[in-house]
Amino acid sequence: MIEHSVDVAVIGGGPAGLAAAVSAKEHGADQIVVIERNSWLGGILQQCIHDGFGVEETGKSLTGPEYAEHYINMALQRNIQIMLETMVIELKGNREIVAVNSNGLHNIKAKSVILAMGCRERTRWNTMIPGTRPSGIYTAGVAQSFINLQNIMVGRKVVIVGSGDVGLIMARRMKLEGAEVVAVIEILPHPSGLLRNVVQCLEDYDIPLLLNHTVTNIEGKERVERVTISRVDKNMKPISGTEKQIECDTILLSLGLIPENELSRMAKVEINDRTGAPSVNQELETNIPGIFACGNCLHVHDTVDMLSIEAKKAGKSAAEYITNADRKQYETVIHVVPGKGVRYVVPQRINMHGKTELMLRAKKPMEPATLQVTANNKVLLIKKLLCATPSSMIKVDIVVSREVFVSRDVLEVKLIG
Amino acid sequence: MHVKMHEKQIKVIEGNKCKKGVEYALEEVLNPRRVLTSSVLILGGELPIVSVKTLHPIQKEKISDALAEIKRSVVNAPIRSGEIVIKNVADTGINIVATKTVPRKRFLKLNQRRC
Repeated sequence: MIEHSVDVAVIGGGPAGLAAAVSAKEHGADQIVVIERNSWLGGILQQCIHDGFGVEETGKSLTGPEYAEHYINMALQRNIQIMLETMVIELKGNREIVAVNSNGLHNIKAKSVILAMGCRERTRWNTMIPGTRPSGIYTAGVAQSFINLQNIMVGRKVVIVGSGDVGLIMARRMKLEGAEVVAVIEILPHPSGLLRNVVQCLEDYDIPLLLNHTVTNIEGKERVERVTISRVDKNMKPISGTEKQIECDTILLSLGLIPENELSRMAKVEINDRTGAPSVNQELETNIPGIFACGNCLHVHDTVDMLSIEAKKAGKSAAEYITNADRKQYETVIHVVPGKGVRYVVPQRINMHGKTELMLRAKKPMEPATLQVTANNKVLLIKKLLCATPSSMIKVDIVVSREVFVSRDVLEVKLIG
Repeated sequence: MHVKMHEKQIKVIEGNKCKKGVEYALEEVLNPRRVLTSSVLILGGELPIVSVKTLHPIQKEKISDALAEIKRSVVNAPIRSGEIVIKNVADTGINIVATKTVPRKRFLKLNQRRC
């Protein structure tokens, strides 16, 4: 075993890991290592060759690789150590990391750890689409990586399942590379991705968007041959008699993203049942002291700009954990729970009174919506919103008074239509 | 936002939340433009293709001509992000630039192994 001792170990060298590492350095941490399994930094951004990144942050609309390069340069300039093609195989509760690469096994002792593993795509088997198992079925992100990183075209006549941003972006990408994009199938009555993408990826290219539909069967012996789609009712159940067949040779699945937390679970980090991700406090610290989480492995973000802000906070917290600067924390912990209309809230715990930022998502589209944060019967915040939708993360600042903090009441976050 | 047209002339624009909305609506309706992103074959590089973009949005009608030019193009490594890959694509007056830095492929010495 090759032994290492570092101040901060960051697991994942994508946008979250890089921003967190840079921030940790800027807040006083010295020896920082970023551990990345790929042979490149920047994570998923390297295959996101479309633009739209960094608009809020830089004022310019950058492509994924350009945004990544910005942070990679910052990390290298600040002498942050990078381990590429290195897989973390074990994370322990005492913040020791076991990783493996072509040089062998590494044991990394870290004073603080930042989890930045990102997320994974939902597969066919998460949703159990019936039918045969021919070749030609990809998750949208994998197809994107084949085309944009390996110059391999995945198919000629494609059906895309799911109208989230990844699916919409890939609809355009496939079209621009000469494929026939027959349709995008969406189970909900509205598209899941940004309106901008619906316009620039589907409408611009006359690609049909079939709302209120789902794929109920996949056919094909060696290769995909056709899919069966059905209209669904308001409970998302297929309506019998509405079946239609679509001939195709490729299916791209854009069924949603799931935070990746195999290592978190291994270290016995407490996982929140709503996010499927670590439960954190306002400093983005998990229940294990010195282990922090940020980025898509904590909750899936709408834009990389917002993700970077969160990652920088985690980097700051990880550095301050070591330098112990200004760390006023109390034994008291109050819990923040999602109430009516709210799918999830981050952070799930607050262990300091004062101003805290809450990030949340609505359960379903509401127009208008009133956001309410209450502790027992005390109202901490009422905010009227023009609209609320699951695909737009809501961020609000609340102030937890000493009185509320000491009472240990549960903070409930509600969205009322 | 709502835009009412009459024979290719804009009559009404309403519903914008800021000044930029009017600018955007005018452009979208009269002269819609898009940033085109794609990839170009690169020879001798660490990657087989380099991602590219039009430096500014180009007219929608020019997209298929631009794509044809991109498909025909080949560049040699190394390429720096921001370097011009195609000048004045499809006669739009707009250049296509690389969005990624791709170094020259290093060949491994005989005694280096990668497992």
